[in-house]
Amino acid sequence: MNFDFSDDQKFLKGEARKFLEANCPTSRARGVLENSAAGHDAELWKSVAAQGWLGAAIPEEFGGLGLGHLELCVIAEELGRAVAPIPFASTVYFLAEAIMLAGDDEQKTYLLPKIAAGEIIGAIATSEGPGATTAATLQSTVTDGKLTGVKIPVTDGDIADVALVLAKEGGKPGLYLVELTGEGVTREAVKTLDPSRDAAKLIFKNAPARLVGKSGEGIELTEQVFDRAAVLIAFEQCGGSDRCLEMAKEYALERYAFGRVIASYQAIKHKLADMYVKNELARSNAYYGAWALNTNAPELPVAASAARIAASEAYWFASKENIQTHGGIGFTWEMDCHLFYRRSRQLSLVAGAPRVWKERLVSHLERRNAAAA
Amino acid sequence: MDFNDSPDEAAYRQQVREWLEANAPKTRVGGDPEGGDGMAASKAWQARKAEAGYACITWPKEWGGQGGTPVQNVIFSQEEAKYPIPGNPFQIGLGMCVPTVMTFADEETKKRFVGPALRGEEIWSQLFSEPSGGSDVAGARTKAERAPDGSGDWIISGQKVWTTGAQFSDFGIVITRTSPDKPKHKGLTMFWIDMKDPGVEVKPIHQMSGGSGFNEVFFTDVRVKDSQRLGAVDEGWKVSLVTLMNERLAVGGQTGAGWQQFMEAARNTPGLDGGSALKDGALREKLADWYVQAEGLKHTRNRTMTALSRGQTPGPESSIGKIISAVQMQELGNTAIEMLDQYGIIDDPELASLNGAFHFSLMFGPGLRIAGGTDEILRNIIAERVLGLPGDIRVDKDVPFKDMPTGR
Repeated sequence: MNFDFSDDQKFLKGEARKFLEANCPTSRARGVLENSAAGHDAELWKSVAAQGWLGAAIPEEFGGLGLGHLELCVIAEELGRAVAPIPFASTVYFLAEAIMLAGDDEQKTYLLPKIAAGEIIGAIATSEGPGATTAATLQSTVTDGKLTGVKIPVTDGDIADVALVLAKEGGKPGLYLVELTGEGVTREAVKTLDPSRDAAKLIFKNAPARLVGKSGEGIELTEQVFDRAAVLIAFEQCGGSDRCLEMAKEYALERYAFGRVIASYQAIKHKLADMYVKNELARSNAYYGAWALNTNAPELPVAASAARIAASEAYWFASKENIQTHGGIGFTWEMDCHLFYRRSRQLSLVAGAPRVWKERLVSHLERRNAAAA
Repeated sequence: MDFNDSPDEAAYRQQVREWLEANAPKTRVGGDPEGGDGMAASKAWQARKAEAGYACITWPKEWGGQGGTPVQNVIFSQEEAKYPIPGNPFQIGLGMCVPTVMTFADEETKKRFVGPALRGEEIWSQLFSEPSGGSDVAGARTKAERAPDGSGDWIISGQKVWTTGAQFSDFGIVITRTSPDKPKHKGLTMFWIDMKDPGVEVKPIHQMSGGSGFNEVFFTDVRVKDSQRLGAVDEGWKVSLVTLMNERLAVGGQTGAGWQQFMEAARNTPGLDGGSALKDGALREKLADWYVQAEGLKHTRNRTMTALSRGQTPGPESSIGKIISAVQMQELGNTAIEMLDQYGIIDDPELASLNGAFHFSLMFGPGLRIAGGTDEILRNIIAERVLGLPGDIRVDKDVPFKDMPTGR
């Protein structure tokens, strides 16, 4: 049994942690959060690109490090732990993964080296309003290579250079590449729960759009991309929820009430034990997702769903109970607790809410059981 | 990252498979050691394993083991589970009691007991829990006093409870109170005893679930030799920690009916709109949660196994298993029963779905949440031993045992 990261991968994780502790204390996330004009931390983005992380899973022939997805997972965990205020997920987990999965040679040659070098920021635009977007509700259309429609919210939509946009052409859903700096695109920033990760409303009016993958397979391709992103985001969530448990523990060991540290009360001990249990279940599911992603296993949709559901639950629980453990001080703007609470919501929603993933998971299990019967 | 054996592990697995194929039973004989010829089958299988060195793989060769690794032990268990093997009434003895005897008894005693236990000829019980203390083992009240005749013998009186397998055990290790004037942890002494002694009475406990898998054990002036003492007088607490340390690495899987059974039952049960209950969004959401928990535990075990495989010692992290699985057993059973609506009250195996498996989960779940460490004690263990939070404030630590307040 070898169900763990290798020593090399653990070394990379340790290096990533050191780098982020030095270059991304929580004051960096707070800096973006408190500055409504800033969409991301451009300096941090540049230094992360210099580390080569953006191209960790991109093949060397396209300018990446050609490592693999397990390496990307350990980096993701550290970015989550640091609540890094950069468009890493949008650019790497969504855009790069989609292009590697379904892009043609020209798209790969054009985009992947730029992503690896940190020269472009990506975004994925599927949502068009309240509720999950499906083939039936999808409004955006492409006609003669021109996209028209409205996408809201698009994480990093205000700073991205390129977006992947889900739209219909002749009634068939497809995933399209659109240059956001080009003609026919209007962007409006939208206020969100987690301003350390900005979002925008994108209005397309005859914006030039190029198909990625096959026409009519946009929904399936989006699901495949979301599966891959869900595993990577699960690692960010594990990193964040582990950090919440550490913060709660550190505070509980220092804070005195009724003559002793609050960490000595079972009400607090059991709360922290529950955080630990949820975090471990999330981590174990995320590891399985990492294995499925890295080996491109047919189990990926089920593994990714389980990883996303477990990690969303763990981060939600840890981030809210971290505030509770801190008591009144935890509710102040100055304490970092709310940075994690906000980020836990952002990560739980950005690739589709857990409720949607639970339904996907059970549908997969039904089909699997029917096939086995 | 993969699920493959290392070359050494693969070779061992192959060797185990070949041995099992040649030796393991092909048809099930009495899963329950108590029923019919079940005990004979259990003993026969144990003897066969002992002969080949598979009874206690991690024990030294001189005591009948293979000097093997914990991973090899897990590999054997995985492969053995593929055969219709009889029940295993030897687990507590070989996992906890006999290792304690091996650590603390003299050579003669070890030679007398280890072999017969290994071969399944003699069965051992662990007599720790008492009516006054399940979680609080150090609060034991069963007395051991020196015999007044100056022989050095001890006289044991008192009661133990929740003793698994006492009704068919030959020997047991028992923790007793020898110095009630000392603080609780400092006045305990451990002995091995003969369960067939006339002063030992075993009475089955009638569980709320209907069955009787555990016992009360009463001691009335049971006379034991001083040579039956394990460890020094009043050092029994330290001895008990060795016993508990030897608790088998938990590698067991799901308990009772799981998400698969629930999904099948839901598929075949009418839902609110007359279609299948499996279309019910509330039930689907629970199903997803249970699946994610079960997968999380499965892969946590895989991570533990990996740590063993790499020669590391897994910590008390495995405590998370029962916190999740016992609660899930109870909740899943109850949800399945509520799904059946009014029909759910019927637990007649002839009429109930899956022969009453969900009802069993509902009624046995409460016991599983208590046995082998309650939900609350396991949370304390995680908080203290994994997270390093302070232990509870002990009001009983320095008080002579005899002066401690007692309630029910």
